[in-house]
Amino acid sequence: MTEIAVDVVNMTKRYGNFVALSNVSLSILDNEFFTLLGPSGCGKTTLLRAIAGFEDISEGAIKLYGEDIADLPPNKRPVNTVFQQYALFPHMDVTANVMFGLLQLGQDQATAGARAAEVLDMVQLTEFADRLPSQLSGGQQQRVALARALAPKPKVLLLDEPLSALDLKLRQAVRQELQQIQQDTGITFIFVTHDQEEALTMSDRIAVIADGEVQQVGPAREIYEAPVNKFVADFIGETNLIDVAVSDVMNGNATCTLPGGAQFTCPAAIGAVAGNGHLSVRPERVSLVKPKDGLLQGSTVRQTYLGTDMHVDVRLKDGEILTVRLQNSEGTDIPEQGALVGLNFETGAARLLVD
Amino acid sequence: MAKKLDLRRFPGFLPLTFLCLFLLYAPLIIVMVYSFNDSNSITNWGGLSLRWYVEVFTGVESEKFKSAAINSISIAIMAAIISTSIATLAATAMLKAGNFRGKSVGFALINLPLMVPEIVTAVATLIFFSAIGFTTGYLTILVAHIVFCIPFAYLPIAARMQGIEDVYEQAAMDLYATRFQTFRLILLPLMTPGIISGFLLAFIISLDDFIITNFVKGAGIETLPTAIFGSVKQGIKPNIMAISTLLLLVSVVFVTLSYLVGRMGQNKKVTTD
Repeated sequence: MTEIAVDVVNMTKRYGNFVALSNVSLSILDNEFFTLLGPSGCGKTTLLRAIAGFEDISEGAIKLYGEDIADLPPNKRPVNTVFQQYALFPHMDVTANVMFGLLQLGQDQATAGARAAEVLDMVQLTEFADRLPSQLSGGQQQRVALARALAPKPKVLLLDEPLSALDLKLRQAVRQELQQIQQDTGITFIFVTHDQEEALTMSDRIAVIADGEVQQVGPAREIYEAPVNKFVADFIGETNLIDVAVSDVMNGNATCTLPGGAQFTCPAAIGAVAGNGHLSVRPERVSLVKPKDGLLQGSTVRQTYLGTDMHVDVRLKDGEILTVRLQNSEGTDIPEQGALVGLNFETGAARLLVD
Repeated sequence: MAKKLDLRRFPGFLPLTFLCLFLLYAPLIIVMVYSFNDSNSITNWGGLSLRWYVEVFTGVESEKFKSAAINSISIAIMAAIISTSIATLAATAMLKAGNFRGKSVGFALINLPLMVPEIVTAVATLIFFSAIGFTTGYLTILVAHIVFCIPFAYLPIAARMQGIEDVYEQAAMDLYATRFQTFRLILLPLMTPGIISGFLLAFIISLDDFIITNFVKGAGIETLPTAIFGSVKQGIKPNIMAISTLLLLVSVVFVTLSYLVGRMGQNKKVTTD
């Protein structure tokens, strides 16, 4: 079994009466690219800062490779942080910034200098080693921040939305670079983001956090395809939530009645119960068919052109609107505005959620 | 689009402006011009000359001015160094040490001397010194100067410190620096422009002070301002204008330096956006 790098045990963080994190438990594995994903204000950054040592925790424990670090100050924790605003020391050049942590650890100038050169080479900044941070572009500053945090070979690297200040093209390039560096160095990465695409493309595992609680932990595919509740389904990617009447949940399968009366059986999330519930179906898993062949019937109300895809919005008889994603290829039938259509999806494509 | 409150459109703007400028600067200009007067009179122009400057350095009063200048400058340097050090620590505590009990009281205590009438401080300081049996002299001037220079040194340092975001200290701590190393390696260098600015301001305030100095100096010791005042009491001679002009020059140089250092600091980015 893989070793646990960071073990957060029943951790609670309060600011006065406000509960920022409520009874959070997470086990982050050695050599893992782990992402904390959630909307702003959900507590993901607080959790990261608690691991770094910038926030005291109210209850619980934080263990780093088995050792409780909750009471250690930041400078005694073998973890380093890439800050959202980079926080490069403006009065030091790139090399001095990268060497800072090494010198504080007691390395001599020569050893620290050699390691700094090595790390700067890894992030392809060798030629900028003598520049001041103010003489670098945003992307370069971001890489210096990464190099500075990697130089002391931390046991865990914490990244606090490091890509949010970069423009789209650069962000995509840096994503791959980060993933590569994580694999090359073998350092455990804990990455905080509110960008679900970032989380899905980079992470080994994702923890979705909302309102100070962990909603779901799992690999990208599991989070996307088997969300446990309405929040996760809605937050990760786009989804259609269909109101259904659940008559029975058994062995992980739910039998329910769709709007319009059709009976349907599909997998249910753990904790789903009979009664009124929601089915989640991703737009790309819904197909347009003839009205009589569909599980649901409705009329198209809007078409949105998205380049590679086409979104068709369909209004059901009860007023609910579902979105269907069609690939923009030759031979795809795009129904006319207002046409009566049927909607179909497979058993495996739908999932009954916990509300 | 015109600015909403363009003062230039107010009635009487121009005459009022010139009146203010005249009242502020005409006396200074007259003193400067007449310091180069070749006449013994302080009002009649007798041609251009440097004789009163020569008089300052070699005349009958030159010894008195020389020792007064040495006192003034040595006190100003020491008072500026000590008050700047205290102000730096005070600013660090006020702005970077988080919240603590008595913080607002501390803030008021640091800045209150700016609001207390100087004559009150002067009297109080003199009474204090005599109450504890301190002989007035060089040391009492120095102590009094250190005290009233602190708020002047504090202001530019605190202003600078306010612009340094906490994330730099967090980054340093994250990179294994202790609190003291963080202060020495990160905070102090980033604050340097503010500290220099505060030092220069404190220096000038100490150099120029008359009221408090006059109260606490005791007999037989003079600073430049008290020496000048002493001479003026026996009638204004042109050499006073020369020495005043020299003092003005020193002030202008230091204030300009202080301004330039402050601006130099602003060009370097300390914020992270």
